Amino acid sequence: MSPDAINDISKEASVAPKPPQPAGDAPKLRSTNLNFFYGAFQALHGISLDVNANQVTAFIGPSGCGKSTFLRTLNRMNETIKGTRAEGKILLDSENILEMEVSNLRRRVGMVFQRPNPFPKSIFDNIAYGPRINGMGSRSDMADRVERSLRRAALWDEVKDKLHKSAFDLSGGQQQRLCIARALAVDPEVLLLDEPCSALDPIATAKIEDLLFNIKNNCTVVIVTHNMQQAARIADHTGFFLMGKLMEFDTAEVIFKNPRVKATEDYITGRFG
Amino acid sequence: MASSAATVTPARPRGRASLLQRAFSGDALARALTFLAAATLIVITALLVYELWLGSGESRAKFGFHFLASSTWNPVTEDFGALPFIFGTVVTSALALLIAVPFGVGAAIFLAELAPPKLSDGMTFLIELLAAVPSVIFGLIGIFVLVPALLVIVPPIKDAFGDNPPFFLSGPFYGVSILAAGVVLSIMIAPFIISVSREVLLAVPRDLREAALALGATRWETTWQVVVPYARRGIMGSVFLALARSLGETMAVTMVVGNNPHIVRSLLASGYSIAAIIANEFAEASGVHKSALIELGLVLFALTIVLNGAARLLILATAQKGASR
Amino acid sequence: MKLSFRRKAVNGVMLCLTGVCTVVAVGLLFFILGYLLVQGGASLSWNFFTKLPTPVGEMGGGMANALVGSAKVLLIATCLGVPIGFLAGVYLAEYAGGAFASVIRFITDLLNGVPSIVVGIFAYTIIVATTKQYSTLAGGCALGVMMIPIALRSTEEFLRSVPGSLREGAMALGATKSRTIVSVVIPAAIRGLISGMMLNLARVAGETAPLLFTALDNRFWSPGLNQPTATLPVVIYNYATSPYPELHQLAWAAGFVLLAMVLIINITARSIVASGFSHKTR
Repeated sequence: MSPDAINDISKEASVAPKPPQPAGDAPKLRSTNLNFFYGAFQALHGISLDVNANQVTAFIGPSGCGKSTFLRTLNRMNETIKGTRAEGKILLDSENILEMEVSNLRRRVGMVFQRPNPFPKSIFDNIAYGPRINGMGSRSDMADRVERSLRRAALWDEVKDKLHKSAFDLSGGQQQRLCIARALAVDPEVLLLDEPCSALDPIATAKIEDLLFNIKNNCTVVIVTHNMQQAARIADHTGFFLMGKLMEFDTAEVIFKNPRVKATEDYITGRFG
Repeated sequence: MASSAATVTPARPRGRASLLQRAFSGDALARALTFLAAATLIVITALLVYELWLGSGESRAKFGFHFLASSTWNPVTEDFGALPFIFGTVVTSALALLIAVPFGVGAAIFLAELAPPKLSDGMTFLIELLAAVPSVIFGLIGIFVLVPALLVIVPPIKDAFGDNPPFFLSGPFYGVSILAAGVVLSIMIAPFIISVSREVLLAVPRDLREAALALGATRWETTWQVVVPYARRGIMGSVFLALARSLGETMAVTMVVGNNPHIVRSLLASGYSIAAIIANEFAEASGVHKSALIELGLVLFALTIVLNGAARLLILATAQKGASR
Repeated sequence: MKLSFRRKAVNGVMLCLTGVCTVVAVGLLFFILGYLLVQGGASLSWNFFTKLPTPVGEMGGGMANALVGSAKVLLIATCLGVPIGFLAGVYLAEYAGGAFASVIRFITDLLNGVPSIVVGIFAYTIIVATTKQYSTLAGGCALGVMMIPIALRSTEEFLRSVPGSLREGAMALGATKSRTIVSVVIPAAIRGLISGMMLNLARVAGETAPLLFTALDNRFWSPGLNQPTATLPVVIYNYATSPYPELHQLAWAAGFVLLAMVLIINITARSIVASGFSHKTR
């Protein structure tokens, strides 16, 4: 690792987020009439929406509303559950996700889970895992790749001296950033985050929110959160899910200030019963 | 909201195009390899049953069901019956249970309910080590320690009954005996009863104990009247498992039971067990004799299968009761 | 008042009794250990490990052939039992579902419950009867069959204890299922898996009954795999049931060596699991 590569992370953080893509640009992800079933139970009903590139798109809604299910359909993690089935079409650029080779899809669409799930390996090996299994990068530039990923996840300064220590030695917040770095190490085009801060304290949460602003410069971010303040803070677009249906999808500005659907308003204002 | 005009792709996301790919991927290979191993397990078990059935064919044809009821065992006239061995197996195991169950359940209660956790863990560790001691070592101890000890202990007890001892203490006593086998077996199966029962007891919900204690029950009353009944089926399961083990136990029994192929009334007389006769005679047997020994193996196999099945069902029933809480 | 006193007395007496049961059980272990140490340790000598048995009446024989025989038999057993049990365990934990998984579990329990002497008969009919030869190979196969169900169960148990979130994490990075199992799940469970295999080995190392008429016995070296061989447990049995005191002494020595081996493997295996606990506390 070259010493001159050490950039000031705060300088990166100060870069203002790019403005939303101009309208008319093709969306990064386009879901068309997506239905999803757990066995006989239909969890998603005709979800249609566009996710813009280089933006943070957030999904909110009460538990069991289908927001996580939808997120997990975007990289087909739901397939790991027996008896599930998706109907409809989700385009990543112009390819239908549901027909792609699944490993390739998941390489391009990364995911971070609710609870930090570092592998029982060293910090370095955690980050290098994805590049290794996907045959990315040579042995020699793996160190660079690991450093770059850790920097993007704003973790480098905290772990650069203990890269070969167990990932379990990190705090919960650090572990979650490690998982973000791990996901970023394979250069995903889209990063899915499934309530990434639900197991973290407010300070660790703030750090993760900060780094999402940086990530979206070269990655499209889709986040599910049960925390409306979080969605309001970080999202460019926000979708509100209820009972497996997408009730409203618009810019965060509209959703949080001027929702057009009554149910959204009830939920935002806490009147939701 | 749901526009019915949208294209609906096939429900299964795995399209035809990727099928070929999947067949040659490491995934399919790994799945096939591990499946093969699982299938091998089934083949081996099936083969085992088949070989026992095949090998015992000659004996089954010659003796039929009479084999199970006959108490003759005569290699010279080639007349064989299983009864003395079934009898010896059942009696030694029953005796072992009689000793080991109260003893084992008592220890399990102590470890699960009364001992401080650290002490309990340490002692359980030692008891599990006791379970790891090979049976031939128990046989060794049995021959050279237990049998001489019984020769000292038993005669005075017997004499206390005077000239007419109860039938199970009648006859001369030479040390090697049904009694010695039962005692050795009880030592061998006690660790199983202890460790399984302890776990069953530890799984009993805490609030049950607290409820009983809050009503003014003593520690022992709580344990005996509330906790143990709740865990009853699991404890029974551990006893069945222990019984299945003791039925099939070979070496320790062979070394102390006396190897006498007759049905005896007294615990002090020497007897025989299914496993012991197989161990003693199999290598030198041939023809019908060998076939009869294999049929004895089949009988033993059937006995343990039935017991194991019953034990699993009992433990499963307890676990489900616990899970549905 | 009287009732209350009685209840208290019963409470005290019964609690003491259960304690006595426990102490006796633990005491037995120490008694066996101590007795073998005294009896067997005294008869241990360099010759025990290096010399062949001498004819009865001559002093100074050892059991080098039985030690080597046991090692060979156990090696064969491990090579047969561990891979099959391990792979089948992986299948059960990671791939199988529904009815077939239940069938495999049932069969595993069945095979695990087969008395060891019956496994001996099985190995005899399959190998000794067909090759017309008692052999190291037959003994190894008998023990190997006994190892399969235990290896399967411990593998399944330890793989299942790996949290599903690790599998998800690997798959979300584009790892295939097999890759996930090999590179994440198995490494995460490795301590448990190794200790499970060690306990498995320790269990069959003391097995005598399946060897009686498969490996048989041999007073001399047994080169290769196709001849009868002495093994430690069978030699203990044969010597202990012989009428000669000097053989009894050798049996004690062999018993001590066998027990020490089994207990050391047990304790090591258990400490491996205990020291790896940090993985689970996360």
